[in-house]
Amino acid sequence: MALALDILSWFLILVGGAFGIIGGIGLLRLPDFFSRIHAASITDSMCAPCIIGGLMLQSGLTLVTVKLAFLIVFLFLTSPTASHALAKAALHGGLDPGEEHPSARTRQAQGDAAREGAQG
Amino acid sequence: MDTVIDVLLLAFLAICAVSILRLRDLFAMAMMFGLFSLISAGLFTTMHAPDVAFTEAAVGAGISTILILATLAQTARREQPVPTRSKWLPLAIVCVTGAALIYGTVDLPAFGDPAAPAHNHVAPYYLQESYNDIGIPNVVASILASYRGYDTLGEVVVVFSAVIGVLALLGLRARPPGIVAGPVRRLDHRAVLKVIAKLVVPVILLFALYVQFHGEYSPGGGFQAGVIFAAAIILYALVFGLDEARRVIKPQLLQRLPAIGVLIFGGVGLLTMLLGGNYLAYNALGENPQKAQQTGIILVEIGVGVTVASVMLLIYFTFAERGRGRKADEGDGGSSA
Repeated sequence: MALALDILSWFLILVGGAFGIIGGIGLLRLPDFFSRIHAASITDSMCAPCIIGGLMLQSGLTLVTVKLAFLIVFLFLTSPTASHALAKAALHGGLDPGEEHPSARTRQAQGDAAREGAQG
Repeated sequence: MDTVIDVLLLAFLAICAVSILRLRDLFAMAMMFGLFSLISAGLFTTMHAPDVAFTEAAVGAGISTILILATLAQTARREQPVPTRSKWLPLAIVCVTGAALIYGTVDLPAFGDPAAPAHNHVAPYYLQESYNDIGIPNVVASILASYRGYDTLGEVVVVFSAVIGVLALLGLRARPPGIVAGPVRRLDHRAVLKVIAKLVVPVILLFALYVQFHGEYSPGGGFQAGVIFAAAIILYALVFGLDEARRVIKPQLLQRLPAIGVLIFGGVGLLTMLLGGNYLAYNALGENPQKAQQTGIILVEIGVGVTVASVMLLIYFTFAERGRGRKADEGDGGSSA
């Protein structure tokens, strides 16, 4: 039983760590602001709860587990809200979700070139 | 393992410091300062100083970031480029100072050295006798509020003087002359934020009370609780607007609270003198010395909490009020242009 709990908790911690790394890579590599928010919010909503869940299994039925459970609830409430507020602020500040994407830019450039070609 | 964590955290600190120097965007800089404080809080935790870590996380990463952002909202977003002069003199000064500091650390006792002077003066007495003297498990709280009560009173007075300085510079009046309050910006599009804030703010307030009154048994106390309490109200003000927050705490009351907190602290000292003891010697407060000490600590911590919370709120409100007046002006100019 103890072994099973240990394996499960380490599995959760490792999965959480993996999500943290994926989120970090996404934050660095994804092309525009909004997809980067998406990557950053993965660390909040997947990485942290997985790690905390693993820690809860490690600490057993103690007060620490209860505090960790409160932390998960708090994170689930606040981190999506923070991502939402960030995206909303960017939209409000005039950042167009479609505009910044490089593929959109190349598409636009091709369209311009095509139009110029048609005019020429 | 501790060494690995220490080295990692210190490396992060160094990276943060360098990137703060290299950044020109002041908003990003404010964020990096918050990160810096958070990493410092982590370092304090690995040094088994949770009370300090708590304060650092709440003040450094929380409130001061908000205050810097509130200031930036009224000034420029980017740093002015500095005219480049010769860099050799500053470099030489930095090198010499750094070398002197490093030379100074050679004579310092090693971290955690039991023979260090700091561990041989009054610290052994505090650690061994505080439970007999005061009867609470958190030695930090008993040192802060009882053994070193004078120092803490001084700290509270420093916080109080800070708000006096801010109010003297920015004005006690709610709205500075010449700045017309613009129309209150509608916040109707913040449905998600409002719902979450309504859920979260009461929990934060409850946690602040827990930190305040459980400070004798777990990390925490008046300073941390005051900051957390202020953070809850500031969150409310950020989401629902300043006017709503002013309806929660009346400005007239808020302006008096810092002084009231200091007076509670000082008043406990006078009370102990009236009862025949020394200033801030809580044993005069009752028959049972432990109970008397605990009563004194709780009263004094309430004073600290009231002062800290109201000072943080006053500074934030003063800054935010000016920012709003300014923004309204700019908004008018923008629409007419």
